[in-house]
Amino acid sequence: MSTRDTILGRARAALGDVPPAERPEEAPIPRGYRRSHADVPLVELFAERVADYRATVTVAPEHQAARTVGRLLADRGLTRAVVPDGFPDAWLPGGTFTRLGDAPPRTPAELDGIGAVLSTCAVAIAVTGTIVLDAGPGQGRRALTLLPDYHLCVVRAEQIAGDVPEAIALLDPTRPLTFVSGPSATSDIELDRVEGVHGPRTLDVIILTSTEEA
Amino acid sequence: MTGAMGARGVVFLGSPAFPDAARTALADDRLRANLRRATTTIRDKRLAATGELDDWEELRAAGEAIKRHTLRHLPYYLERLEESVTAAGGTVHWAADAAEANRIVTELIRATGATEILKIKSMATQEIGLNEALADAGVTACETDLAELIVQLGEDRPSHILVPAIHRNRGEIRDLFAAEMGHWGRPAPEGLTDEPAALAEAARLHLREKFLRAEVAVSGANFACADTGTVAVVESEGNGRMCLTLPETLITVMGIEKVLPAFTDLEVFLQLLPRSSTGERMNPYTSLWTGTTPGDGPSAFHLVLLDNGRTDTLADEVGRQALHCIRCSACLNVCPVYERTGGHAYGSVYPGPIGAVLTPQLVGVEHASSLPFASTLCGACYDACPVRINIPEVLTHLRAKAVEAKAGHRRLPTLEALAMKGATAVLVSPARLGLAQRAASLGGRLLSRRGRIGRLPGPFRGWSDTRDTPAPPAESFRAWWRANRAGGQR
Ligand code: SF4
Repeated sequence: MSTRDTILGRARAALGDVPPAERPEEAPIPRGYRRSHADVPLVELFAERVADYRATVTVAPEHQAARTVGRLLADRGLTRAVVPDGFPDAWLPGGTFTRLGDAPPRTPAELDGIGAVLSTCAVAIAVTGTIVLDAGPGQGRRALTLLPDYHLCVVRAEQIAGDVPEAIALLDPTRPLTFVSGPSATSDIELDRVEGVHGPRTLDVIILTSTEEA
Repeated sequence: MTGAMGARGVVFLGSPAFPDAARTALADDRLRANLRRATTTIRDKRLAATGELDDWEELRAAGEAIKRHTLRHLPYYLERLEESVTAAGGTVHWAADAAEANRIVTELIRATGATEILKIKSMATQEIGLNEALADAGVTACETDLAELIVQLGEDRPSHILVPAIHRNRGEIRDLFAAEMGHWGRPAPEGLTDEPAALAEAARLHLREKFLRAEVAVSGANFACADTGTVAVVESEGNGRMCLTLPETLITVMGIEKVLPAFTDLEVFLQLLPRSSTGERMNPYTSLWTGTTPGDGPSAFHLVLLDNGRTDTLADEVGRQALHCIRCSACLNVCPVYERTGGHAYGSVYPGPIGAVLTPQLVGVEHASSLPFASTLCGACYDACPVRINIPEVLTHLRAKAVEAKAGHRRLPTLEALAMKGATAVLVSPARLGLAQRAASLGGRLLSRRGRIGRLPGPFRGWSDTRDTPAPPAESFRAWWRANRAGGQR
């Protein structure tokens, strides 16, 4: 007998007390919990919660996207960044900025050396201050938003979901998904929080509002 | 320190028994101070994070119900998971015990030709002693979680699920890094200070070099969704993302109880876990992947489904609920016994209240018979548990089994079996426990010599006849608990 059959057989034998009439997939799970805990406008809440993680948050009207991106990069002294395919050209700053692509795919060491990446996101979560990347347009494969030490993520206001259940419902599980809530952190040494271990040590988030809202 | 394999292949330091190990730990003032600070800090953060949600009890009820339902139909969901992972380009392996899991992982690594692999903190791989098995096969396993790195460099054992190096202070960590990093790879920078930021930077540099050339990584899993085949790893530092993204081959070792019916069930657990664990609204990074994705991440994904005592645990209708555990560590941080003894005293990779109920079931209660007694049954763990495991109920149940096993097998002197029965009689009744402990506290201090007591008065006498018992603290656990609970608890 294969190990698979042994384990499944043991599990079946262990569950003799479960009545045959009780079927999988038909469980009465009490789902009385909220779909969202958001109680203020989502842009405001998302901005506040991201800032709690010591990431910076800038809210700007969409027509000022390029200027805002340019200013944040300049503040960090950055003149070049990896920009995944599908990142809107209209959001890129002019001047001395150099856009670096990923075709052919760069090696991990190259990405490590470049040190900065711009990306969009798939969904954002207001209550938890989370951005979710799904390797879609403007985000690229996972390594692009992992190895550079600086990550600037641009979120459109309408991408912000209220809370975790609403966000999960919007995601495509067949894509590789990364939930990012602030910069990487550790509290492993005497519980002192240190921001920035292995992931990007600096996370800047821009929330773009449609021009009417702004 | 090397681990001994328990009867079913769970790394378990069967000796010394909990009371002896606890006595040693209690004598270590710094460990106690570190632990108190850690547990208090995390406890307060957890209360703030869970108190923020007015439907926390509904979320717990949903978490419990999903876990209970999944376990009751475990064979069905495991078969679905296997189908989904396979359809998404992954390969599923089944391991009945530690030896088989270690053999599968070793062979998969050998096939790649790699002699060094990276690891993400995983309790399942600690449970099976994977690093030791790989070392025997000539493969170096490098831990990449900062605390695990500290533990590994110090040839030590983790003492807390969440902050495994909590028994080390910054000066010790600095010395370890300076002395040991060079043996594993990039040495620590010259003039390394003991600032946590500087130590984290040293770890970043040391590990980055390894991440950039990694060929194989081994991880655990927090959740796996049967309907989609999606696997989840929840972390803080980014070492998980590195290991899940950069190597060509990813091997994930997962206990069979980690399966969830559906991807959408993550909406419950991604709220319960971070808030219960680190007391954050969300942990910095959560990675979800489904099989393999061309051009993004590993081209080979292996999922090893581990039994190793879990189906035996499943057979116990009362004990089964221990398999709900999502390893958040909330029960450790509220446990008055854990706070005073630390994790090492439990002699197992699973410390604290969850260790006291899970380890005896995984290894067989006759091999860990003192663990179910490592509790005051105060119930704080049950209140804190995000999936509502009734730990006191399981403890009481296992105590009875432990006493029966001892009496039946006559492995130990009858005196000890009798002592345990005496303890059971006291400990199953919280009211009697309170009285007995106050009595012990008063009497014990009178009788103690250099912090050690040979003989306890009243109901504890039987216990102390066979075990040298630590002097009770000036306030009993329950008195301490009542005083502290008034301050912060709901
Ligand atoms: S038993 Fe409950 S509280 Fe303890 S680690 Fe497991 S899930 Fe968390």
